[in-house]
Amino acid sequence: MAITTESVALPELTTDDLSRYSRHLILPEVGMEGQRKLKAARVLCVGTGGLGSPLALYLAAAGIGTLGLVDFDVVEASNLQRQIIHSTRDIGRKKLDSAEEKLKALNPAMNVVKHDTMLTSANALEILKDYDIVADGTDNFPTRYLVNDACVLLGKPNVYGSIFRFEGQASVFATEHGPCYRCLYPEPPPPGLVPSCAEGGVLGILPGLVGVIQATEVIKLILGKGESLIGRLLLVDALNMRFRELKLRKNPECPVCGPHPTVTKLIDYQQFCGIVPETPQEANVKNGIPQITVKELKRRIDAGEDVQLIDVREPFEYQIAQIGGKLIPQNDVPQRLAEIDHDREVVVHCKSGGRSQRIAEFLKQSGYQNVANLAGGILAWSDEIDPRVQKY
Amino acid sequence: MTIFIPTPLRAFAGGQDTVEVDATTITEALDGLTNAHPALRKHLFTDKGKVRAFVNLYFNDEDVRYLPQKELTPVSAADTLSIIPSIAGGD
Repeated sequence: MAITTESVALPELTTDDLSRYSRHLILPEVGMEGQRKLKAARVLCVGTGGLGSPLALYLAAAGIGTLGLVDFDVVEASNLQRQIIHSTRDIGRKKLDSAEEKLKALNPAMNVVKHDTMLTSANALEILKDYDIVADGTDNFPTRYLVNDACVLLGKPNVYGSIFRFEGQASVFATEHGPCYRCLYPEPPPPGLVPSCAEGGVLGILPGLVGVIQATEVIKLILGKGESLIGRLLLVDALNMRFRELKLRKNPECPVCGPHPTVTKLIDYQQFCGIVPETPQEANVKNGIPQITVKELKRRIDAGEDVQLIDVREPFEYQIAQIGGKLIPQNDVPQRLAEIDHDREVVVHCKSGGRSQRIAEFLKQSGYQNVANLAGGILAWSDEIDPRVQKY
Repeated sequence: MTIFIPTPLRAFAGGQDTVEVDATTITEALDGLTNAHPALRKHLFTDKGKVRAFVNLYFNDEDVRYLPQKELTPVSAADTLSIIPSIAGGD
Protein backbone atom coordinates (compact mmCIF):
# COMPACT_ATOMS: atom_id res chain seq x y z
CA MET A 1 0.00 0.00 0.00
CA ALA A 2 2.72 2.41 1.03
CA ILE A 3 4.77 1.46 -2.02
CA THR A 4 1.82 2.23 -4.34
CA THR A 5 1.34 5.65 -2.80
CA GLU A 6 5.05 6.29 -3.10
CA SER A 7 5.20 5.30 -6.78
CA VAL A 8 2.26 7.55 -7.55
CA ALA A 9 4.11 10.45 -5.92
CA LEU A 10 7.35 9.77 -7.79
CA PRO A 11 8.12 12.07 -10.74
CA GLU A 12 7.91 10.70 -14.28
CA LEU A 13 11.06 10.28 -16.36
CA THR A 14 11.31 12.46 -19.47
CA THR A 15 12.58 11.20 -22.85
CA ASP A 16 15.89 12.92 -22.07
CA ASP A 17 16.03 11.09 -18.73
CA LEU A 18 15.46 7.74 -20.44
CA SER A 19 18.50 8.17 -22.67
CA ARG A 20 20.70 9.84 -20.04
CA TYR A 21 20.11 7.15 -17.41
CA SER A 22 19.89 4.13 -19.73
CA ARG A 23 22.78 2.34 -17.96
CA HIS A 24 20.90 2.70 -14.68
CA LEU A 25 17.56 1.71 -16.17
CA ILE A 26 18.86 -1.67 -17.34
CA LEU A 27 20.17 -2.47 -13.85
CA PRO A 28 17.47 -4.46 -12.05
CA GLU A 29 18.52 -2.80 -8.76
CA VAL A 30 17.77 0.66 -10.16
CA GLY A 31 15.33 0.38 -13.08
CA MET A 32 12.57 2.88 -13.78
CA GLU A 33 11.36 3.01 -10.22
CA GLY A 34 14.85 3.50 -8.77
CA GLN A 35 15.63 6.27 -11.22
CA ARG A 36 12.37 7.99 -10.32
CA LYS A 37 13.31 7.71 -6.63
CA LEU A 38 16.64 9.38 -7.41
CA LYS A 39 14.79 12.12 -9.28
CA ALA A 40 12.51 12.69 -6.30
CA ALA A 41 15.40 12.71 -3.81
CA ARG A 42 16.66 15.80 -1.99
CA VAL A 43 20.24 15.48 -0.73
CA LEU A 44 22.22 18.05 1.24
CA CYS A 45 25.96 18.12 0.79
CA VAL A 46 27.64 19.98 3.66
CA GLY A 47 30.87 21.39 2.23
CA THR A 48 31.96 21.58 -1.40
CA GLY A 49 35.62 20.83 -0.75
CA GLY A 50 37.61 17.61 -0.92
CA LEU A 51 34.79 15.20 -0.06
CA GLY A 52 32.00 17.43 -1.36
CA SER A 53 33.49 17.73 -4.86
CA PRO A 54 33.27 14.08 -5.96
CA LEU A 55 30.11 13.58 -3.91
CA ALA A 56 28.22 16.39 -5.61
CA LEU A 57 29.50 15.53 -9.09
CA TYR A 58 28.49 11.86 -8.86
CA LEU A 59 25.14 12.64 -7.29
CA ALA A 60 24.46 15.10 -10.13
CA ALA A 61 25.51 12.52 -12.71
CA ALA A 62 23.31 9.87 -11.10
CA GLY A 63 20.17 11.97 -11.47
CA ILE A 64 19.48 13.25 -7.96
CA GLY A 65 16.58 15.70 -8.30
CA THR A 66 17.62 18.32 -5.77
CA LEU A 67 21.10 18.86 -4.38
CA GLY A 68 21.65 21.40 -1.62
CA LEU A 69 25.16 22.73 -1.02
CA VAL A 70 26.39 24.45 2.14
CA ASP A 71 29.62 26.47 1.94
CA PHE A 72 30.82 30.01 2.58
CA ASP A 73 34.40 29.67 1.37
CA VAL A 74 36.12 30.89 -1.77
CA VAL A 75 38.32 28.75 -4.01
CA GLU A 76 42.06 28.95 -3.29
CA ALA A 77 44.95 27.60 -5.33
CA SER A 78 45.79 25.07 -2.59
CA ASN A 79 42.29 23.55 -2.95
CA LEU A 80 42.82 22.40 -6.51
CA GLN A 81 45.07 19.45 -5.63
CA ARG A 82 41.88 17.61 -4.55
CA GLN A 83 38.70 19.70 -4.90
CA ILE A 84 38.01 18.60 -8.46
CA ILE A 85 34.73 20.46 -8.85
CA HIS A 86 36.70 23.73 -8.97
CA SER A 87 39.09 24.85 -11.72
CA THR A 88 42.08 27.15 -11.89
CA ARG A 89 39.98 29.99 -13.26
CA ASP A 90 37.67 29.73 -10.22
CA ILE A 91 40.35 30.89 -7.78
CA GLY A 92 38.82 33.71 -5.75
CA ARG A 93 35.23 32.74 -6.65
CA LYS A 94 32.72 31.49 -4.16
CA LYS A 95 32.87 27.70 -4.00
CA LEU A 96 29.07 27.59 -4.24
CA ASP A 97 29.02 29.47 -7.55
CA SER A 98 31.90 27.46 -8.95
CA ALA A 99 30.27 24.16 -7.91
CA GLU A 100 26.84 25.15 -9.22
CA GLU A 101 28.30 25.94 -12.64
CA LYS A 102 29.99 22.52 -12.97
CA LEU A 103 26.97 20.65 -11.64
CA LYS A 104 24.56 22.45 -13.96
CA ALA A 105 26.89 21.80 -16.90
CA LEU A 106 26.88 18.10 -16.03
CA ASN A 107 23.15 17.86 -15.34
CA PRO A 108 21.06 20.93 -16.26
CA ALA A 109 17.85 19.29 -15.01
CA MET A 110 19.11 19.04 -11.43
CA ASN A 111 17.86 21.63 -8.99
CA VAL A 112 20.86 23.12 -7.10
CA VAL A 113 20.07 24.96 -3.86
CA LYS A 114 22.89 27.14 -2.54
CA HIS A 115 23.20 27.81 1.19
CA ASP A 116 25.83 30.52 1.36
CA THR A 117 26.53 30.27 5.09
CA MET A 118 28.47 28.47 7.76
CA LEU A 119 26.30 25.72 9.27
CA THR A 120 25.54 26.76 12.88
CA SER A 121 23.31 25.70 15.74
CA ALA A 122 21.05 28.61 14.80
CA ASN A 123 20.46 27.60 11.17
CA ALA A 124 21.20 23.85 10.92
CA LEU A 125 17.71 22.49 11.65
CA GLU A 126 16.10 25.00 9.29
CA ILE A 127 18.51 24.10 6.46
CA LEU A 128 18.51 20.31 6.99
CA LYS A 129 14.76 19.87 7.40
CA ASP A 130 14.04 20.14 3.66
CA TYR A 131 16.32 17.25 2.71
CA ASP A 132 15.97 13.46 2.82
CA ILE A 133 19.65 12.64 3.37
CA VAL A 134 22.65 14.65 4.59
CA ALA A 135 26.20 13.96 3.40
CA ASP A 136 28.85 15.32 5.77
CA GLY A 137 31.92 16.61 3.95
CA THR A 138 32.99 19.16 6.56
CA ASP A 139 36.46 19.62 7.94
CA ASN A 140 36.24 20.25 11.68
CA PHE A 141 34.99 18.60 14.86
CA PRO A 142 32.37 21.19 15.93
CA THR A 143 30.57 20.91 12.57
CA ARG A 144 30.81 17.10 12.63
CA TYR A 145 28.97 17.01 15.98
CA LEU A 146 26.53 19.67 14.81
CA VAL A 147 25.63 17.75 11.63
CA ASN A 148 25.27 14.53 13.62
CA ASP A 149 23.03 15.97 16.31
CA ALA A 150 20.86 17.86 13.81
CA CYS A 151 20.45 14.63 11.78
CA VAL A 152 19.48 12.64 14.88
CA LEU A 153 16.99 15.32 16.01
CA LEU A 154 15.41 15.48 12.55
CA GLY A 155 15.65 11.73 11.83
CA LYS A 156 17.75 12.18 8.67
CA PRO A 157 20.52 9.72 7.73
CA ASN A 158 24.02 11.22 8.00
CA VAL A 159 26.34 9.81 5.35
CA TYR A 160 29.72 10.36 6.94
CA GLY A 161 33.24 10.52 5.54
CA SER A 162 36.44 11.94 6.93
CA ILE A 163 40.07 11.95 5.89
CA PHE A 164 43.56 12.58 7.20
CA ARG A 165 46.80 12.19 5.25
CA PHE A 166 46.39 8.70 3.68
CA GLU A 167 43.61 7.47 5.93
CA GLY A 168 39.85 7.73 5.58
CA GLN A 169 36.71 6.67 7.43
CA ALA A 170 33.16 6.27 6.15
CA SER A 171 29.86 5.20 7.68
CA VAL A 172 26.15 5.93 7.72
CA PHE A 173 24.97 7.42 11.00
CA ALA A 174 21.71 8.53 12.57
CA THR A 175 19.33 6.09 10.90
CA GLU A 176 16.40 4.97 13.03
CA HIS A 177 18.00 1.84 14.46
CA GLY A 178 21.68 2.48 13.73
CA PRO A 179 24.39 4.20 15.75
CA CYS A 180 25.26 7.87 15.42
CA TYR A 181 28.59 9.68 15.31
CA ARG A 182 28.44 10.24 19.08
CA CYS A 183 27.98 6.49 19.68
CA LEU A 184 31.42 6.08 18.07
CA TYR A 185 33.04 9.22 19.45
CA PRO A 186 31.23 10.35 22.61
CA GLU A 187 33.72 13.18 23.10
CA PRO A 188 35.86 15.21 20.72
CA PRO A 189 39.64 15.24 21.14
CA PRO A 190 41.04 18.31 22.87
CA PRO A 191 41.76 21.15 20.43
CA GLY A 192 45.17 20.88 18.82
CA LEU A 193 45.69 17.15 19.42
CA VAL A 194 44.44 15.95 16.05
CA PRO A 195 45.94 18.08 13.27
CA SER A 196 43.72 19.32 10.45
CA CYS A 197 44.46 18.49 6.80
CA ALA A 198 45.79 22.06 6.43
CA GLU A 199 48.36 21.26 9.12
CA GLY A 200 48.94 17.56 8.54
CA GLY A 201 48.42 17.31 4.79
CA VAL A 202 46.20 14.98 2.78
CA LEU A 203 46.75 12.86 -0.32
CA GLY A 204 44.70 14.65 -2.97
CA ILE A 205 43.10 11.46 -4.26
CA LEU A 206 41.93 10.30 -0.83
CA PRO A 207 38.86 12.58 -0.58
CA GLY A 208 38.00 11.30 -4.06
CA LEU A 209 37.99 7.71 -2.80
CA VAL A 210 36.05 8.50 0.38
CA GLY A 211 33.67 11.02 -1.25
CA VAL A 212 32.71 8.43 -3.87
CA ILE A 213 32.03 5.91 -1.09
CA GLN A 214 29.71 8.50 0.48
CA ALA A 215 27.98 9.09 -2.87
CA THR A 216 27.51 5.32 -3.25
CA GLU A 217 25.91 5.10 0.20
CA VAL A 218 23.59 8.03 -0.57
CA ILE A 219 22.39 6.36 -3.78
CA LYS A 220 21.86 3.00 -2.03
CA LEU A 221 19.84 4.63 0.75
CA ILE A 222 17.59 6.30 -1.83
CA LEU A 223 17.15 3.08 -3.82
CA GLY A 224 16.72 1.01 -0.67
CA LYS A 225 19.07 -1.59 -2.17
CA GLY A 226 22.18 -3.42 -1.04
CA GLU A 227 23.82 -3.44 2.35
CA SER A 228 24.42 0.02 3.71
CA LEU A 229 27.33 1.08 5.97
CA ILE A 230 24.85 1.48 8.85
CA GLY A 231 26.52 -0.07 11.90
CA ARG A 232 29.87 -0.43 10.15
CA LEU A 233 32.90 1.85 10.02
CA LEU A 234 34.87 1.47 6.82
CA LEU A 235 38.56 2.31 7.18
CA VAL A 236 40.48 3.23 4.06
CA ASP A 237 44.28 3.10 4.08
CA ALA A 238 45.34 4.52 0.72
CA LEU A 239 49.07 4.10 1.33
CA ASN A 240 48.85 0.34 1.76
CA MET A 241 45.57 0.19 -0.19
CA ARG A 242 43.71 -1.74 2.46
CA PHE A 243 40.04 -1.50 3.32
CA ARG A 244 38.97 -2.79 6.72
CA GLU A 245 35.67 -2.59 8.53
CA LEU A 246 34.71 -2.44 12.17
CA LYS A 247 31.37 -3.10 13.85
CA LEU A 248 29.62 -0.07 15.28
CA ARG A 249 27.01 -0.39 17.97
CA LYS A 250 24.31 1.98 19.08
CA ASN A 251 25.44 3.20 22.49
CA PRO A 252 22.56 2.64 24.93
CA GLU A 253 23.86 5.64 26.87
CA CYS A 254 24.31 7.89 23.84
CA PRO A 255 23.40 11.44 24.96
CA VAL A 256 21.68 12.22 21.66
CA CYS A 257 20.34 9.00 20.07
CA GLY A 258 19.99 6.82 23.19
CA PRO A 259 16.66 6.05 24.88
CA HIS A 260 17.23 8.76 27.50
CA PRO A 261 18.84 11.61 25.59
CA THR A 262 20.30 14.58 27.43
CA VAL A 263 20.94 16.51 24.23
CA THR A 264 17.47 17.35 22.92
CA LYS A 265 18.33 20.52 21.04
CA LEU A 266 21.42 21.85 19.31
CA ILE A 267 24.13 23.08 21.67
CA ASP A 268 27.21 25.32 21.40
CA TYR A 269 29.54 23.00 19.46
CA GLN A 270 32.57 25.30 19.62
CA GLN A 271 32.34 25.14 23.39
CA PHE A 272 31.65 21.38 23.32
CA CYS A 273 34.88 20.91 21.37
CA GLY A 274 36.78 23.09 23.83
CA ILE A 275 37.18 25.98 21.45
CA VAL A 276 36.75 29.13 23.49
CA PRO A 277 36.25 32.42 21.67
CA GLU A 278 39.22 34.69 22.23
CA THR A 279 38.86 37.94 24.10
CA PRO A 280 41.31 40.68 23.06
CA GLN A 281 43.50 40.05 26.14
CA GLU A 282 43.58 36.30 25.52
CA ALA A 283 44.59 36.87 21.92
CA ASN A 284 47.81 38.45 23.21
CA VAL A 285 48.67 35.65 25.63
CA LYS A 286 47.58 32.06 25.06
CA ASN A 287 48.33 29.43 27.73
CA GLY A 288 50.97 31.74 29.16
CA ILE A 289 52.65 32.27 25.78
CA PRO A 290 52.68 35.82 24.37
CA GLN A 291 51.36 35.91 20.79
CA ILE A 292 53.27 38.25 18.58
CA THR A 293 51.90 39.48 15.27
CA VAL A 294 53.86 39.32 12.03
CA LYS A 295 53.84 43.14 11.89
CA GLU A 296 55.36 43.31 15.37
CA LEU A 297 58.03 40.75 14.49
CA LYS A 298 58.90 42.63 11.28
CA ARG A 299 59.15 45.91 13.20
CA ARG A 300 61.45 44.36 15.76
CA ILE A 301 63.70 42.68 13.19
CA ASP A 302 63.90 45.96 11.24
CA ALA A 303 64.77 47.78 14.46
CA GLY A 304 67.71 45.38 14.90
CA GLU A 305 66.32 43.78 18.08
CA ASP A 306 67.82 40.45 19.07
CA VAL A 307 65.15 37.86 18.23
CA GLN A 308 65.89 34.16 18.00
CA LEU A 309 63.37 32.91 15.40
CA ILE A 310 62.85 29.13 15.47
CA ASP A 311 60.97 27.44 12.62
CA VAL A 312 59.41 24.16 13.83
CA ARG A 313 57.97 23.03 10.48
CA GLU A 314 59.20 20.03 8.50
CA PRO A 315 62.19 20.28 6.11
CA PHE A 316 59.98 19.95 3.00
CA GLU A 317 57.92 22.94 4.16
CA TYR A 318 61.11 24.90 4.74
CA GLN A 319 62.04 24.20 1.13
CA ILE A 320 58.77 25.75 -0.08
CA ALA A 321 58.95 28.94 1.96
CA GLN A 322 60.86 30.43 4.86
CA ILE A 323 61.18 33.73 6.67
CA GLY A 324 64.67 33.46 8.11
CA GLY A 325 63.98 31.24 11.13
CA LYS A 326 66.32 28.45 12.23
CA LEU A 327 64.77 25.12 11.21
CA ILE A 328 64.26 22.63 14.05
CA PRO A 329 61.30 20.36 13.14
CA GLN A 330 58.85 20.05 16.05
CA ASN A 331 59.65 16.44 16.88
CA ASP A 332 63.41 17.21 17.00
CA VAL A 333 63.08 20.10 19.44
CA PRO A 334 63.41 17.99 22.64
CA GLN A 335 66.75 16.56 21.44
CA ARG A 336 68.04 19.86 20.06
CA LEU A 337 67.43 22.24 22.96
CA ALA A 338 71.18 22.95 23.09
CA GLU A 339 70.79 24.84 19.81
CA ILE A 340 68.31 27.29 21.34
CA ASP A 341 69.93 29.99 23.47
CA HIS A 342 68.34 30.31 26.93
CA ASP A 343 69.45 33.88 27.38
CA ARG A 344 67.90 35.32 24.23
CA GLU A 345 64.24 35.86 23.44
CA VAL A 346 62.78 32.98 21.42
CA VAL A 347 60.00 33.45 18.85
CA VAL A 348 58.65 30.15 17.52
CA HIS A 349 56.86 29.95 14.19
CA CYS A 350 55.26 27.33 11.92
CA LYS A 351 52.81 27.50 9.01
CA SER A 352 49.79 28.95 10.79
CA GLY A 353 50.67 29.15 14.49
CA GLY A 354 49.31 25.84 15.91
CA ARG A 355 52.42 23.68 16.11
CA SER A 356 54.59 26.62 17.16
CA GLN A 357 52.23 27.36 20.07
CA ARG A 358 52.68 23.81 21.41
CA ILE A 359 56.46 23.99 21.02
CA ALA A 360 56.53 27.43 22.68
CA GLU A 361 54.62 25.89 25.63
CA PHE A 362 57.12 23.02 25.69
CA LEU A 363 60.08 25.45 25.70
CA LYS A 364 58.54 27.40 28.54
CA GLN A 365 58.14 24.17 30.53
CA SER A 366 61.75 23.35 29.70
CA GLY A 367 62.91 26.50 31.45
CA TYR A 368 62.99 29.13 28.70
CA GLN A 369 61.80 32.36 30.30
CA ASN A 370 61.27 34.51 27.25
CA VAL A 371 59.28 32.61 24.60
CA ALA A 372 56.65 33.97 22.19
CA ASN A 373 54.57 32.43 19.41
CA LEU A 374 54.25 34.02 15.99
CA ALA A 375 50.47 34.29 15.53
CA GLY A 376 49.30 33.20 12.07
CA GLY A 377 52.75 31.85 11.17
CA ILE A 378 54.23 32.01 7.71
CA LEU A 379 50.78 32.36 6.11
CA ALA A 380 50.19 35.63 7.97
CA TRP A 381 53.69 36.77 6.99
CA SER A 382 52.84 36.12 3.33
CA ASP A 383 49.50 37.95 3.66
CA GLU A 384 50.66 40.95 5.64
CA ILE A 385 54.40 41.42 5.15
CA ASP A 386 55.77 39.81 2.01
CA PRO A 387 53.52 38.21 -0.65
CA ARG A 388 56.65 36.76 -2.31
CA VAL A 389 56.77 34.23 0.54
CA GLN A 390 55.13 31.25 -1.12
CA LYS A 391 51.87 30.04 0.48
CA TYR A 392 51.19 26.33 0.49
CA MET B 1 49.18 -9.78 18.54
CA THR B 2 49.29 -7.01 15.96
CA ILE B 3 48.37 -3.47 16.99
CA PHE B 4 47.38 -1.09 14.19
CA ILE B 5 48.65 2.44 14.80
CA PRO B 6 46.60 5.18 13.08
CA THR B 7 48.30 7.95 11.09
CA PRO B 8 48.00 10.72 13.73
CA LEU B 9 49.79 8.57 16.33
CA ARG B 10 52.55 7.05 14.17
CA ALA B 11 54.94 9.87 15.04
CA PHE B 12 54.83 8.57 18.63
CA ALA B 13 55.46 4.95 17.61
CA GLY B 14 58.63 5.38 15.62
CA GLY B 15 56.66 5.97 12.42
CA GLN B 16 55.37 2.38 12.36
CA ASP B 17 51.85 1.55 11.16
CA THR B 18 51.76 -1.73 13.08
CA VAL B 19 53.44 -2.92 16.27
CA GLU B 20 53.73 -6.59 17.27
CA VAL B 21 53.44 -7.37 20.99
CA ASP B 22 53.42 -10.57 23.05
CA ALA B 23 50.41 -10.46 25.35
CA THR B 24 47.69 -12.62 26.87
CA THR B 25 45.11 -9.83 27.36
CA ILE B 26 44.28 -6.48 25.77
CA THR B 27 45.60 -4.68 28.85
CA GLU B 28 48.93 -6.48 28.54
CA ALA B 29 49.08 -5.66 24.85
CA LEU B 30 48.54 -1.96 25.58
CA ASP B 31 51.17 -2.08 28.33
CA GLY B 32 53.60 -3.70 25.91
CA LEU B 33 52.87 -1.02 23.34
CA THR B 34 53.29 1.94 25.69
CA ASN B 35 56.40 0.43 27.30
CA ALA B 36 58.00 0.13 23.86
CA HIS B 37 56.74 3.61 22.87
CA PRO B 38 56.26 5.70 26.04
CA ALA B 39 55.35 8.82 24.03
CA LEU B 40 52.07 7.09 23.05
CA ARG B 41 50.88 6.79 26.63
CA LYS B 42 49.53 10.30 27.10
CA HIS B 43 47.69 10.12 23.76
CA LEU B 44 45.89 6.91 24.71
CA PHE B 45 45.36 7.20 28.46
CA THR B 46 44.31 9.85 30.94
CA ASP B 47 46.56 10.67 33.92
CA LYS B 48 44.50 8.11 35.87
CA GLY B 49 45.28 5.40 33.34
CA LYS B 50 41.83 5.27 31.69
CA VAL B 51 41.56 5.02 27.91
CA ARG B 52 40.73 8.50 26.61
CA ALA B 53 37.10 9.01 25.52
CA PHE B 54 37.98 10.03 21.96
CA VAL B 55 40.14 6.93 21.40
CA ASN B 56 38.37 3.78 20.26
CA LEU B 57 39.98 0.40 20.68
CA TYR B 58 38.84 -2.44 18.48
CA PHE B 59 39.68 -6.07 19.19
CA ASN B 60 39.54 -7.58 15.70
CA ASP B 61 36.33 -5.91 14.44
CA GLU B 62 34.64 -5.49 17.84
CA ASP B 63 34.64 -2.38 20.03
CA VAL B 64 36.46 -3.26 23.28
CA ARG B 65 33.80 -1.31 25.23
CA TYR B 66 31.21 -3.91 24.19
CA LEU B 67 33.27 -7.03 24.94
CA PRO B 68 32.04 -8.86 28.07
CA GLN B 69 35.55 -8.86 29.59
CA LYS B 70 36.53 -5.53 28.04
CA GLU B 71 40.32 -4.92 28.39
CA LEU B 72 40.75 -8.24 30.18
CA THR B 73 39.68 -10.18 27.09
CA PRO B 74 42.23 -12.92 26.31
CA VAL B 75 44.17 -12.46 23.09
CA SER B 76 46.27 -14.67 20.83
CA ALA B 77 49.04 -13.96 18.33
CA ALA B 78 46.59 -14.00 15.40
CA ASP B 79 44.34 -11.28 16.89
CA THR B 80 44.52 -7.61 16.03
CA LEU B 81 43.96 -4.48 18.08
CA SER B 82 43.10 -1.28 16.19
CA ILE B 83 43.37 2.18 17.66
CA ILE B 84 40.75 4.36 15.95
CA PRO B 85 41.08 8.05 16.70
CA SER B 86 38.69 10.79 15.67
CA ILE B 87 39.65 12.46 12.42
CA ALA B 88 37.64 15.35 11.01
CA GLY B 89 39.26 16.33 7.71
CA GLY B 90 37.11 16.66 4.64
CA ASP B 91 38.11 19.84 2.93
